[in-house]
Amino acid sequence: MRRERVPIVVLVPAAIGAAFFILPLLGLIVRSPWRDAVTALTAPETVEALKLSLLASLSATAVGLVLGVPLAWMYARVEFPGRDLLRALTTLPMVLPPVVGGIALLLAFGRRGLFGSWLDSTFGITLPFTTAGVVMAETFVAMPFLILTVEAGLRSMDRRYEEAARALGASRWRVFTRVTLPLIGPSLFAGAVLCWARALGEFGATITFAGNFPGVTQTMPLAVYLLLETNHQEASFILSLVLLLISLVVLVGLRDRWLGSA
Amino acid sequence: MSLEASIRLTLGPLNLEMELTIDEDEVVALLGPNGAGKTTLLRAIAGLVPFRSGHVVLDGKVLEDTATGQYVPTERRPIGFVFQDYLLFPHLSVLDNVAFGLRSRGTPRRAAADKAIQWLDRVGLKSYARAKPSELSGGQRQRVALARALAPDPRLLLLDEPLSALDVTTRAEVRRDLKHHLASFQGIRLLVTHDPLEAVALADRLIVIEAGRLVQTGTSAEVTERPRSQYVADLVGVNLLRGAADHGSVQLPGGTAVAAAGAESGEVFAVIHPRAIAIYRSRPEGSPRNVWPGRASNVELLGNRVRVRIEGEVPLVAEVTPAALKELELVEGGEVWLSFKATDVMVYPA
Repeated sequence: MRRERVPIVVLVPAAIGAAFFILPLLGLIVRSPWRDAVTALTAPETVEALKLSLLASLSATAVGLVLGVPLAWMYARVEFPGRDLLRALTTLPMVLPPVVGGIALLLAFGRRGLFGSWLDSTFGITLPFTTAGVVMAETFVAMPFLILTVEAGLRSMDRRYEEAARALGASRWRVFTRVTLPLIGPSLFAGAVLCWARALGEFGATITFAGNFPGVTQTMPLAVYLLLETNHQEASFILSLVLLLISLVVLVGLRDRWLGSA
Repeated sequence: MSLEASIRLTLGPLNLEMELTIDEDEVVALLGPNGAGKTTLLRAIAGLVPFRSGHVVLDGKVLEDTATGQYVPTERRPIGFVFQDYLLFPHLSVLDNVAFGLRSRGTPRRAAADKAIQWLDRVGLKSYARAKPSELSGGQRQRVALARALAPDPRLLLLDEPLSALDVTTRAEVRRDLKHHLASFQGIRLLVTHDPLEAVALADRLIVIEAGRLVQTGTSAEVTERPRSQYVADLVGVNLLRGAADHGSVQLPGGTAVAAAGAESGEVFAVIHPRAIAIYRSRPEGSPRNVWPGRASNVELLGNRVRVRIEGEVPLVAEVTPAALKELELVEGGEVWLSFKATDVMVYPA
């Protein structure tokens, strides 16, 4: 079969576009001080940051599933006034600069915040500058990805399967857990992974709302930034590589398992 | 033991107004063209579509009544529903599909699996228990869908176009199996179809529904012998006229009078079989009382017969042999005369 020649006006910008993504990755891989890798990775601060990052991002994903799936269900299945407005508000963090999200969280849940002061005086609960604050900041930024993905899954599934289940005597809960959830499994999985990856990389909202305390709120991206700022560049390169590796694994996993490789 | 339903609802262009009573000793088929409201009626009986007014009573137990506000949700109705494209759960094995209804109604896992296996055995698919629905053929899926609907011992079995998803070759075989299972089911059986052959083969009684209204009900023989709507007449392949009987003739609304031996008085239907209509190139002279000119509009070969549609004062379909057609040198649009005897017109009250 004769192959169509790609026009030069397409080929050149496409190649530049690809290079734009590949060159930084190349730089990271080539310039990383591989000899110091083990030292950098086993440093207590690194291990702590990595542990905290995993804990916080997985917690954010769990919170996202518990709160986001019902919200997605409401958007997909229930007609209620103000639905479109609410959906817009809950997906706003996807386009909002994360630092603005962090400030908004502070103003709402900070010690002197709208609800924070009440939480503090009534229950003695303080959220900012705690690990819980990290989870909140990450959830705030990452959950919209899960909501949108799951809503799309719910909208595109054939609802008659739910009717078939009801006609077989299944309660609404059983219909949801045994039919709806399995049928939207791919969307649920993709949404959760996107949410988790976004939470793992969260920086702006976290540093604003939760601060940068090693062992408590210092996640990997924060540690990378701090190392870079304090002239420990080599270590920051290595941590960056670790984050890159995690992202790559997620992307490849998603493609192969659920998105269907072309 | 019976199902009694009276349902009025509006859904998009459909305005449904139906009353029906079905006994346990009959298989009933709802027959009608697409969009007549058959499936909607079935879904309303199952509680899947809300209705404006009416009631559904099964074995004397009220499932829904708009007058009293009673409503038993679908999942608590003792029904089995076979959906048009079966809707087998793609993520569950064949066994789990069949056991689903039992599990939903509280049967313990082990007992549900045992009973599901029995049902799969009954429909001849025991060896497919571990398979996923996607591995089955269309006919096998139909049987799994039937087993799944029957396994929880419903009182009312609803089937929506049970054979329409199948290709022609498997349809006959699956239809025979289905007839057998319908016969052995102890309960009320209602199926929906737009295929008259399916309706006649499977059901004891037909309910013909058009544009949301009942137009005719009776045994298949009663319905096909005495069509009461153009839809049924077309299905059976006869000419149907309606007019006022006047001692030996039927006055049609257009002014034409059709001589009909049995016509007495009152509003009547008149049926003329296409075979009874003769076609001529020029005005025939003879005993037949009904003679009029027309124009051949549509010539269609049907087996070893040719159906000729003749437009005129009264559009009719005549059936002739291909040889006769050739001899007539009949072409579409050609002028013809047609005739039929007054004794070939069957008349019955409208």
